[in-house]
Amino acid sequence: MHSTNDGSSNGMLSGLEQASQSAGRLGGAQKALHDRIASGQQSMDERTHQASVAFRRRKLKVWGARLAIAVIIIGGWQLFTAMGWVDKFFYAQPSGIWNRLWDYFQNGTEFGSYPDQIKTTMQEALYGFLIGTGVGIVMGVALGLNRFLAEVLDPFIKVVNAIPRIVLGSIFIVAFGIGLTPKVLLAAVLVFFIVFFNAFQGVREVDRNVLNNAKVLGASRWHVIRHVIMPSAMTWILASLHSAFGFAIVGAVVGEVLGAQQGLGLLIKSAQGNFDPYGVFANMFVIAALVLIVEFVIERVERRLMAWRPKVQSEAVLV
Amino acid sequence: MAGTAIEIRDVTKRFLTPKGEVFTAIRDVTFAVEPGRFCAVVGPTGCGKSTTLSLVSGLDRPSEGSVWVGGKEVDGITDGVGFMFQADALLPWKTVLQNVALGLIFRKVAKKEAVERARDWIRRVGLAGFEDRYPHQLSGGMRKRVAMAAAWITEPRVLLMDEPFGALDVQTKAIMSNELMQLWEGSRPSVLFITHDLEEAIALADRVVVMTSSPGAVKQVFDIDIPRPRGSVQEIRFGSRFLELHHEIWATLRDEVERAYARTAGV
Repeated sequence: MHSTNDGSSNGMLSGLEQASQSAGRLGGAQKALHDRIASGQQSMDERTHQASVAFRRRKLKVWGARLAIAVIIIGGWQLFTAMGWVDKFFYAQPSGIWNRLWDYFQNGTEFGSYPDQIKTTMQEALYGFLIGTGVGIVMGVALGLNRFLAEVLDPFIKVVNAIPRIVLGSIFIVAFGIGLTPKVLLAAVLVFFIVFFNAFQGVREVDRNVLNNAKVLGASRWHVIRHVIMPSAMTWILASLHSAFGFAIVGAVVGEVLGAQQGLGLLIKSAQGNFDPYGVFANMFVIAALVLIVEFVIERVERRLMAWRPKVQSEAVLV
Repeated sequence: MAGTAIEIRDVTKRFLTPKGEVFTAIRDVTFAVEPGRFCAVVGPTGCGKSTTLSLVSGLDRPSEGSVWVGGKEVDGITDGVGFMFQADALLPWKTVLQNVALGLIFRKVAKKEAVERARDWIRRVGLAGFEDRYPHQLSGGMRKRVAMAAAWITEPRVLLMDEPFGALDVQTKAIMSNELMQLWEGSRPSVLFITHDLEEAIALADRVVVMTSSPGAVKQVFDIDIPRPRGSVQEIRFGSRFLELHHEIWATLRDEVERAYARTAGV
């Protein structure tokens, strides 16, 4: 954002320099002109400075407002439960949730150490995420490239997509026991559909001009897939990965609630059985934090891979 | 067949509209371009100019008739043909260097050589220093230069250009036209150049084909006898021969443009 700003002001400055050169050639009222230009240059620097100050001030304001909202929500929650306006037996209390988390990390849980629970759930979610993404991309691209296959399979995909897939978890538990496999499968199924539809659409949305250009330049079928279709579909696929990891976690946790020996979902289920909202909320926030961390990583990867894409307009306008 | 670079013989192209109606884009089109000649096709919008080009490139097949390039009937993508599109057709996820080298990479030229030749072409179109930029970081005129380098790098015998400078402002267009002329006079491929700009057509071409609209057909062919090298495009158009030709061709073209306009405005 700063670079945009600097760039435009540089452009204007070099324009002024040219103007000053031609002024030199003109002779005449040279001095007066030079003075005007010099003062113009100064005000230009000033304006650049002002813009960057305004930008920083704005950013500070946004963060301030965010902090205020967080304080109001958490503080209000604490206050309402402390005053007894809201029953903390059902809705817990931020301080109690914090203590519970502390307790989890210090003393472990009834199913083993807390990091182990996190590790179990993350493992299930990540495996599911990778399998679902891989199969989703391959199937999506394959069907996107093959009209006939896409038309044949269309009704089946619609039916499977209409099934509430969480229910598949029960079947996976019955079939594969309460180990790692059923959770990975459930997470993979949830992720698959999101990635699949996006990959499919991405292949279909390839720009005709770009495609024709590559063909005329002598691209083989494989060249077209590798240099045109895959990069184009990648935009869609990467966008889908943001929500995909959230679904992978949902799959893993629901799988654990349905039947497990370890994991955050199991802790939630056990807390529910003990009328312990503190345990439920504590695990909920941990899961949210995990999803945010992974999404941050995915966004980083996306930004690297998508370096060729123009920056979002609003980012530039802010300056 | 010998002696022509591009020959279009009695070509008709029909499309099926989504409603199931048959739409005839061009009917019984016949004309030829000799090797090393620059041929411009002008006509009102919707006269099937772009359709003609996609038939020559092999992106599309004629419903009737045949298209011959370099003595061979077109069947699939034509080999040795370069194409400059009206719209942006660069690969947005590839840098300038990668875009320019693409034609060579597809032809299995060794990567090192491809990069070297691409750098040379980037320099020739005046974009040295921009090798690692992505298309969206360039202006419209610069993107056209990249497209030009990408089309010329494979040293095509036949060059197809579909209103390549149509989206550019007048000044940039003039500069690009001059650069195109310089490149063309260097290696002299046969060019089929489509435009709706009659001045551009006369300034650049050896021959101007005027097409009628809906369905597209050849109305008349004019030979442009302004001697080469013609110098800057901006100045040619004040020459007396240019004005004569312009007057003559415009008289033919005007009816078509007016008819096409009446049809779209009347509906």
